[in-house]
This record gives sequence, C-alpha cells and structure tokens, in this order.
Amino acid sequence: MNYKAFDEKDYLNIREIISDDERVLYRERINEDYSHDELGDIKCYPDVVVQVLSAEEVSKVMKYAYENNIPVTPRGSGTGLVGAAVPIYKGIVIDMSKMNRILELDEENLTVTVEPGVLLMELSKYVEEHDLFYPPDPGEKTATIGGNINTNAGGMRAVKYGVTRDFVRGLEVVLPNGSIVEFGGKVVKNSSGYSMKDLIVGSEGTLGIVTKAILRLLPLPKKAISLLIPFPTLEHAIRTVPLIIKSKTIPTAIEFMQRETIIDAEEFLGKKFPDNQSDAYLLLKFDGNSVEEIQASFDKVADICLEQGALDILVADTDERNDSIWKARGAFLEAIKASTTLMDEVDVVVPRNKVSEMVEFSHKLQDKFGIRIKSFGHAGDGNLHAYILKDDLSDEEWEKRLDLAMGEMYKKARELNGQVSGEHGIGYAKKPYLNQSLAPEILEIMRGIKKAFDPKNILNPGKVCQ
Amino acid sequence: MNMNIIVCIKQVPGSNKVEVDPVTGVLKRDGIESKMNPYDLYALETALRLKETYGGTVKVISMGPPQAMQIIREAYAMGADEGILLSDRKFAGADVLATSYTLSQGVREAGEFDLILCGKQTTDGDTAQVGPEMAEYLDIPSVSNVKRIVSVGEEAITVEMDMTHTVEIAKVKFPCLLAVEKDIFMPRLPSYVKMRETKDKEIKVIGFSNLKDQDEKKYGLNGSPTQVKRIFPPESNSKRELWSDSEEVLADKLFKKLKEEKFI
Repeated sequence: MNYKAFDEKDYLNIREIISDDERVLYRERINEDYSHDELGDIKCYPDVVVQVLSAEEVSKVMKYAYENNIPVTPRGSGTGLVGAAVPIYKGIVIDMSKMNRILELDEENLTVTVEPGVLLMELSKYVEEHDLFYPPDPGEKTATIGGNINTNAGGMRAVKYGVTRDFVRGLEVVLPNGSIVEFGGKVVKNSSGYSMKDLIVGSEGTLGIVTKAILRLLPLPKKAISLLIPFPTLEHAIRTVPLIIKSKTIPTAIEFMQRETIIDAEEFLGKKFPDNQSDAYLLLKFDGNSVEEIQASFDKVADICLEQGALDILVADTDERNDSIWKARGAFLEAIKASTTLMDEVDVVVPRNKVSEMVEFSHKLQDKFGIRIKSFGHAGDGNLHAYILKDDLSDEEWEKRLDLAMGEMYKKARELNGQVSGEHGIGYAKKPYLNQSLAPEILEIMRGIKKAFDPKNILNPGKVCQ
Repeated sequence: MNMNIIVCIKQVPGSNKVEVDPVTGVLKRDGIESKMNPYDLYALETALRLKETYGGTVKVISMGPPQAMQIIREAYAMGADEGILLSDRKFAGADVLATSYTLSQGVREAGEFDLILCGKQTTDGDTAQVGPEMAEYLDIPSVSNVKRIVSVGEEAITVEMDMTHTVEIAKVKFPCLLAVEKDIFMPRLPSYVKMRETKDKEIKVIGFSNLKDQDEKKYGLNGSPTQVKRIFPPESNSKRELWSDSEEVLADKLFKKLKEEKFI
C-alpha cells in the first residue's frame, strides 16, 4: 500500500495539533510496548504515538492523517491476542488509554457512559458499587472497554448474559476522515436503518475509532454460588456440558479446566487452589437474588454431574471461596504464558454440543505433532481457548509444528460448523484462517464495508478481511 | 497414632459491609446472610489434614443461637465428624471472657482431646483473644500465630509461629491449643455430596444446665466485665494529604495529583 512516508514535518504538525509535547512520542521516545500486543510475536514500531485526551483530538489527528495519507492504528491497553493493535504499516498509533473517565451513570435508563480507555476492572467495580452489573467478563481485567468493544469480547458469563455487543447501546465514533458521529444511543429499541453500532462492535479498529460508549447495565444479582466439579477424566467433564445445557438451568458460566493449568496458576499466583483430587474440572457459576433460588437450579445440575461420574461437587458460596477459584481461573492465560518460552493461541468457537469433540480433538494433537497444547475455556458457549506452546523447540520446528496444529484445529472447527474466533478477533494473525473459513462473497461484502467507511484505507490497514 | 481434635468455629455476618445504625448504634443484621468465620476455615482445614495424616476425629464446637447449626452443617460438609453447639439464652451477651469460659466448659463436655484449633480471630469481633483465654481456663499450653505445622510426635506438636519480624519454632505438649494463621493451608470447599449425606446427622446441643459449673454469674452478660457503651460507625475517612514546598513545586504537584485522581 502506498502511504506517505512519515517525516519530521508530520511529527511537528501533530505536535502542534496536540500542543502537549509529553503526549506525542516520536522515534526513540516510543516505548517498546507500542510495537506489539499481549501475544508479542507480531512486531512493528509506529512512527509516532499520540496519547489522546478527547474525541476532538482524535478527530484532528485522524483528519491530518486522512489529508496526508498516513496510516493510523488505534490502541487500548494492548492486551489483544491477534496483533490487531500492531501498526504493521507504521504511521500513527493513537493511544486511547488516557481517555479513561466514567462520564455518567444513568440509573433511570440503566446505562453507563464511558470513555474507551476505562479499564474493565474499573468499570465493573464502579457499577457494582451502585448495585448495578456489567455482565461481560473476559479474563483480562486490565483490558480497556474500547478494546473489548472492538473485539466484541465475550468472557465467562456469556452463557447466561451474552457478549459485549449485547451491552453496547450507543457509540461515539471518529470516522477515518475525522468526522465525529454517534451510532445508537440510550434507546432500548432501535430499528432505524442498518445497525451501525453493531458493525463497529467487533470491527477491531478498522472502521472508526470509538471515543465514547453508552453501555447497558443490569441490576446486580445479590448472590452468586460457584460449583467446582471434579471428574475422573476430561472426557467425562466435557461430555456433561451438553446435558447441563439441555437441563434448561442457566448457569452464568460453564468453564472447564485441567490440573496442569491449575498448577501453573498456583505457581503464577503463589496461592493454592482449594482442591487437587482430580485432573479435570468443570466450574459452574449460578447467580440470582437468593440462595434458595440458586439452590433450586444447582440441585438439578448436581444430579446430572453425579450421574455422569463426577467425583464430588464442591460449593463456593462465600466471597473468599469464590475468589480462591475465580482468581486462579482469571490467571490461566498469564500463567500458561509464564510456563513456556513462546505461545500462540486458537480461539475457535463451535456449536455448544460440539465442544467436547473439539476439546478432545485438540488434546490428541499433542501426541500427533509432539507439541504441548494447553486448553481451557468456556465449555458452556462452545468457545475453546487452546494455547500451543513452543517450550524448547527450535524456531524452525516450532513454526512447522505450530502451522500443522493450527491448520488441523481450524479445519476441525470448520467441519463442526464453527467460526475462527469466538472473542479474540482476527486482527493480523488469524487472517489466513478467516480467509479459509468464510465464503468469498462474504469477504467481498466485508471489504466493501471497509471501503465505505475508509475509502483511503488508512485506518488500521491490513487487518481482518484485507 | 490417633488425634482427637476440637475446632472452635463461629458464625459471622456474610459480608464485611455490615452497617451500624447511627441512631440506635446496633448492627443492621436484617437480611444479612451469615457464614463461618473465614479464619476458622483455616483451623478446620488444619484439623482435617492432621486427621487425614495421623487418623483420629475432628469435632467442631460453636457458641451461638440455634441458627449457628448452619455452620456446623457446613463443617460436616467439609469432613468434620461431630458437632456441638453451645446454645442457651443464658450465654447471650457474652464478651471475650464469658465466651472463653463458656467454650472451655463446653470443651470439657466434648470428651478427651489432644488438640484444640482456633482461627486467628473472627471477622466480627477481631479480638484474637478467645483462643488463648480458653487455654488458660482449661489449663493447657497455647500458641498463637501458627503458620506451619513442622512435625507431629506422640507427645507433642512442633509449630512455626509468625511473629511478624521473627519466626519462632515451638514444641508444645499435648493437650494444647493452637490459633492458626490465614493461609496455613488453603481451606477445602464444602462438598455437596457430603452435605446430602450429613443432612440428618446429629448436632449435639449443650445448654447451661448441661455444664458442670452452674454459677450463672460466669456466663453471658452476667459474666462479662466488658460493657459496651455505644457502637458507632467510624468517621468516614476522607483522604487528606499535607504538603509544604515552594509555590512552583506545589502547583506542579497539585496538577499531577488532580490529573492522577482524574479531576482534570
């Protein structure tokens, strides 16, 4: 692609737009962090980083880039896993993380209005202090809400509550030409033309830059009880999941986890997990307004699990007990990362009744390709997270085996009518797999949408469908 | 060897967000759920581990109103063998001293024991005194701040005490009382299967009339030298910082602080 080479003059112009030297980082002042995301193997430094404080600043920088044909990549806290925030064509990185104010809590409309740099953990803490609830709950709590919106993050409560998209009511967006528009709003219903805000959600910063979000809230459930259920084998555990779903009880989360990953988390956190009798667990969470209400649904599930060979059913009914389990669960990704030299991930999603097949398949690939694969994930919504680990393999061997294992997993997911990504997105890293997975007609429509938003192709180019 | 272990447990409010009514000075307990004192879980876990290694029995004992049976059921679901509830109107209003005395009397009714385990403190009273005072009444040695069991012998148990700046190792002769630290072992979760199995398991209730010492002056409010005058919520703790420096430095500092706190 033919972009203007970013030079000293551009830097000076942008510095003039922002008029705060400390927030415009050029060349050697650019921290290494800006060259990659959480996964780290796709690397490229931008020419300049602009830490913005307002939609107006985003708009002015975007307009400058538009007029001068310079690529722009927006970025939150850089916790992404597919390279979406890596500026592969260099140019400008707009760092949104300083736009981090919670603007309004509207208790009459049950919405909260936030800037995109608010961290997920800040948001949930804030609304819960007001007895309200923002259900999307991805493991990475230091992600920004802007990043969550741009990947349509899912998380652990998706089984009952849905994903980020289900909680976005309205967005303020800076378009690639610099104009500021609003999509959606505080309205509950909206049939007014194409749903633009839904298009922005999950667009990975390729269509516009989100500068404000109106999010939908729910009343905070008063009580949550988790069940940690040890099974004799992973197969026993996973095969129970469709039966739980079929029983019409609705847990907020159904996760599966294995002993090895739990041990990694124990080491990573320096804290023991409350059980160690088994190699495979299901972790279920129920919420509601009273213990009685919750008990009624978990009695049924407990029976199902015991019939399927569960070794026991352990109950976490206090904050301390819930913490001892969920803190470990939340640390899995970091813990696995710390246990190896390099890793890559697969975030496929399959129909829920196929999740056991997918898990068992990826498990068997370990022996087939002689590579360590650790998986955990949202058994209840069919979203599998499998991490392929490099360990001591040579670069060459690693590339080879990684390609084979990845290829097989995505192929299997397609066979099971699944999708390439459940919640991490496509970014740069998963483009080849999206290309194989979607029909050419669909990809063509996606490219058309991209063109309609960004005719000069300057906003996060080379990502998703390009 | 077989160890007979008694674990002292207490029912406390389920949340640490219990408010005090500023007018009446009474804790607003309405609608607040209760749970086993989190520190006691470490004592119970320690007992269960010792039993698993050396054999024996684990008895739990609690003092409280009839609804405190709930935490004894919970202890059953974690693996306790027997449960005793000290419950009587005459025990009500007890301070640390009367509570310790009542518990020590209850323990005498619980049969032979080698070891009494207590949590470090409760989350509602926070005194950390009941354990050691009980040991005084029972005339047995006691060690607090136990963070690790070093070894268990026929005659004595060796433990590590966390004294903040030093670690002390003590060998204590049986029978004795230990108050354990948080994180000595990660407490297990209650088992739903055990909960079902022990649904109808007996809980021995001991009242005033069952105790040896029939002197009413030693129990409940009568036996409590501590008189609570007033309970009130602490003043809300707004953040305050005092700086002194040159104008320029202060302005800069203030600006940075306001920015950090997201006021500007």
